[in-house]
Amino acid sequence: MNSVVAPVTPPRSRGALTAFTTTWASQIGITVAFLGLWIAFIVLAPSTFLSDRIYLAFAQTVPYIAIVALFLTMVVIAGDIDLSFPSEMALGMVGFVFAWQATGSVELGVLAALGVGALAGLFNGLVVTYIGIPALVATIGSWYLFRGLTLVLVNGKSYALVTASNAPSYDLLVGKLGGVVPMEFVWLLVLAVVAWVLLNRHRLGQNAYVTGDNGLAAGLMGIPIRRTRILLFVLTGVAAALAGLMNSFQIVNFYPTMGDGFQLPTLAAVFVGGTSVFGGRGTIYGTFLGAFMIGAIQAGIVAVGLTDYYTNFIYGAVILAAVAVHALLRRRFE
Amino acid sequence: MPAGERESARQPAQIANPIVAALEPTAAPLPGGEKRLELRHISKSFGGVRVLQDVSFDLGSSEVVGLLGDNGAGKSTLIKIITGVHRPDEGEILFGGRRVGGLTVQKARALGIETVYQERALADQLPLWRNIFMGRAVAGPLGFLNVGEMRRMTAELMGESMGFTSAVLTPDTVVKGLSGGERQGLAIVRALHFQADVIILDEPTMGLSLKETEKLLRFVEGIRTAGKSAIFIDHNIFHVYSVADRIIVLDRGRVAGQFPTSRYSLDELLDIMREVALRGTFTEQERYRPADRPPGPASQAGEEQE
Repeated sequence: MNSVVAPVTPPRSRGALTAFTTTWASQIGITVAFLGLWIAFIVLAPSTFLSDRIYLAFAQTVPYIAIVALFLTMVVIAGDIDLSFPSEMALGMVGFVFAWQATGSVELGVLAALGVGALAGLFNGLVVTYIGIPALVATIGSWYLFRGLTLVLVNGKSYALVTASNAPSYDLLVGKLGGVVPMEFVWLLVLAVVAWVLLNRHRLGQNAYVTGDNGLAAGLMGIPIRRTRILLFVLTGVAAALAGLMNSFQIVNFYPTMGDGFQLPTLAAVFVGGTSVFGGRGTIYGTFLGAFMIGAIQAGIVAVGLTDYYTNFIYGAVILAAVAVHALLRRRFE
Repeated sequence: MPAGERESARQPAQIANPIVAALEPTAAPLPGGEKRLELRHISKSFGGVRVLQDVSFDLGSSEVVGLLGDNGAGKSTLIKIITGVHRPDEGEILFGGRRVGGLTVQKARALGIETVYQERALADQLPLWRNIFMGRAVAGPLGFLNVGEMRRMTAELMGESMGFTSAVLTPDTVVKGLSGGERQGLAIVRALHFQADVIILDEPTMGLSLKETEKLLRFVEGIRTAGKSAIFIDHNIFHVYSVADRIIVLDRGRVAGQFPTSRYSLDELLDIMREVALRGTFTEQERYRPADRPPGPASQAGEEQE
């Protein structure tokens, strides 16, 4: 009786391989899906997908969706969602335009854009946590609200950013590192590391996982649920504003309906990456690969020789296939 | 049934419980016989419904108090007030004789209250280590986690306290795959790991096999032996009676009575419970013995006052 410890039954034995697969099921799923798509593109369009040009193009365009997707992943892990980020991209740019025109400083404009993004995220967070509206509904509302605010503030006008394009922060955001690598990609790598650390090695991530997995338990164990959720909305708002800056700087133009084209690809990147819509589960690695899968499809379709009409069909097929792989792996190994 | 006989029946000889042994008697003796925990005139309403009304009770050191009551009696609300989940509308809470206002879960845990909420308070999709350290992550001043330390401590706890010896169970195993007993071990170890002085067990025998229940009851004995205190909430009077020093019966938000198990037989208590359930109060005044006396073998003081 001396060996009696906590009142537990002895654990059943499980295979080591099963244990490994259980722990990494999600990452294995997305990696398989990613490699499958990549190999398919290489086989079907070798001249395009074996040259470096297409990858440099992806390195510039994918970050617009990936940067937001990284932080949106954390929002979804905490059990919320944010549909308003396309409007936050544009609203942030309103902050840029106003501050830049008032002060002549592009750098202040950049800071203003990020600040506006943070405020927009704060608004989402407060509405969701204090008024208690489900995030899905609340951010549909704020998506319209921020877009409307953007249109009203700039009177529906577009802004040419040519005169801003000599500023140092312009090169910092959308220049080329060593004349080759797009800065968008460099930022994506940096922010992926930041997001990974926040999610896996910081209290914020711990609290996000627990809140999304079992909100009741989180409350009972003293997790600051509201603060966690609000902070994640704020981070997503800042990320959206940054993506808005990059996208506008790249095309040297800001138009007030900017961003809406990114909505579904960004959401798709998060879910293709294996993040659970029910919260509590998701990885930065998955979202990173998911963003490149989604980002590669359009170029891939053209390179393979199909007409653009196939785009939506193949988007749908890839999204469903990737999510199905996750679901099957989970059912098999957990 | 003579009280002495009951006492010995309630104290199994081997309480060698490594969980408790590992935690050592951290519970510092309280000066001047102060209570670990005192609730005074607590009332709480939810949306106009009085859930608790003028509830007062206390918990001494090395004491196990059983909280009994029907569904809706207010047991879980009372627990949530002690653990800082809910704020009382009226009344005060004292820890070690000091009044504590604006209690939050974090504050209550810092004051040495841990709760075994059973599997309801585990995050299924997260690894063991994230569950053990839920709400109490080991982190630096900037909030960065010391994951290595948490994994190491979890592995240690798994081996020493939970009895998880299987090689495929690692600190990174997700909770979802654990059996009911394993999950419960996790919930208990989590509560104990943080050197709690007061351990609250919320329906701990729910869904347990007979053998697991027996182990659990022995474990509750160990809490007392280690100089800590416990509040044991259960529907099952047989479980509560076998380990509690004192039983508090709640009915419709009020304390219907407090009964030291050394002075009431199980049969008497069953009668009382039946009466409480019927009438809402316990009216046999001549048999009611105030409970704020030290529990123990039929104390002299008890006889004198009658």
